Amino acid sequence: MEDSLFSIFMNAAVVSNFVLAMFLGICPFLGVSNKVDTSLNMGMATTFVMVVSSAAAYAINLILSDLGIEFLRLICYIAVIASSVQLVEMVVKKFSPALFQALGIFLPLITTNCAILGLTLFQTSREYDFIQSLVFALGAGAGFTLALLLMAGIREKLELAKTPDIAQGAAMTLMIGGVLSLAFMGFAGLA
Amino acid sequence: MSMPNQYEQVTADTFLRGLWEENPVFVMLLGMCPALAVTNSAINAISMGLATTFVLVMSSALISIFRNFIPKQVRIVAYIVIIATFVTIVDYLIQAISLDLYNALGAFIQLIVANCVILGRAESYASRQKLGATIVNSFGSGIGFTIALLSMGAVREILGAGALFGVGIMPVGFEPWVVMVLPPGGFFVLGCWLIIFAWNKKRKEQAQLDGAVAGGQA
Repeated sequence: MEDSLFSIFMNAAVVSNFVLAMFLGICPFLGVSNKVDTSLNMGMATTFVMVVSSAAAYAINLILSDLGIEFLRLICYIAVIASSVQLVEMVVKKFSPALFQALGIFLPLITTNCAILGLTLFQTSREYDFIQSLVFALGAGAGFTLALLLMAGIREKLELAKTPDIAQGAAMTLMIGGVLSLAFMGFAGLA
Repeated sequence: MSMPNQYEQVTADTFLRGLWEENPVFVMLLGMCPALAVTNSAINAISMGLATTFVLVMSSALISIFRNFIPKQVRIVAYIVIIATFVTIVDYLIQAISLDLYNALGAFIQLIVANCVILGRAESYASRQKLGATIVNSFGSGIGFTIALLSMGAVREILGAGALFGVGIMPVGFEPWVVMVLPPGGFFVLGCWLIIFAWNKKRKEQAQLDGAVAGGQA
């Protein structure tokens, strides 16, 4: 089936949203989603890593298939992701030390964000070409940022609300995540 | 870290800690992605749990053996490469054993690499402790992870499909709650488990407090 670039983007961003429909990247979703501006920055950093890793993974997959050593794919992908995270870390540290402070431990943890590894694995198994892969990465990043922003917006309001104290923290966030996920199911069949 | 290594004696607690006190999913909130994604049936949950346990034990053991040879600066990369190796083995193994299972778990087998439970164990335990203690401890964590997955998978399958391990157990007139096997169900069930645990903990603390007051001393 020939996918148009637009449908790939919409599919990755809303229809099968990486966080809310495919459960990738739940850790930062629960961890950094307490402030809108931090989550926007986190989303952008993740998107950047996604696009860089996606391009690199595409090239690596070409080489690996050419040599017939596909079983090394996983190891190579994770190494690529770790290096692009390192790159982002250096860029952020240089240009915005404040942001570097705000993201803290979650910046190196982008490496173990399964959304990024998942993205590279999906683009390989769906046999996207180079442009499709980049669009897919952008869509996934946009979807991740969107989910993070929605959650942060709700959580900022929730701080003023009275919640039962046994449901505070992660349990509440998960419940809201469930409702958001329910809402995103409404997009099914769009693209 | 410059502090001297303190080797832990292997006790029952080394194993049991991972099951309850430091349960990876319910207490430490690690490894949430597979906990939500592949728990739509009990059998998927158990297979995922066991696959993760295998990778966890094997990679922790290897990291513990090489703990004095891995330079500190490149340790994370070294750990990840070791973990990725074992995940590749598991990936091919499951493909060989059952293709149905392989398709049901999908990309989540390969995503075990990015499971923070494993990297967490490697960093906080395997890199500091002897081989024996590491194996016991990581096995405990793996079983704790499996139990957590199973307790979610069972609830979701019973409510969402009216069955457990594929065997129908609900009365004939039961209308399955389809939402439970869909993505939102994962969030709801995990949220409910966390609330139950928080409630239980609070009740225990309250009981302790009451007991202390009744006894007349703290």
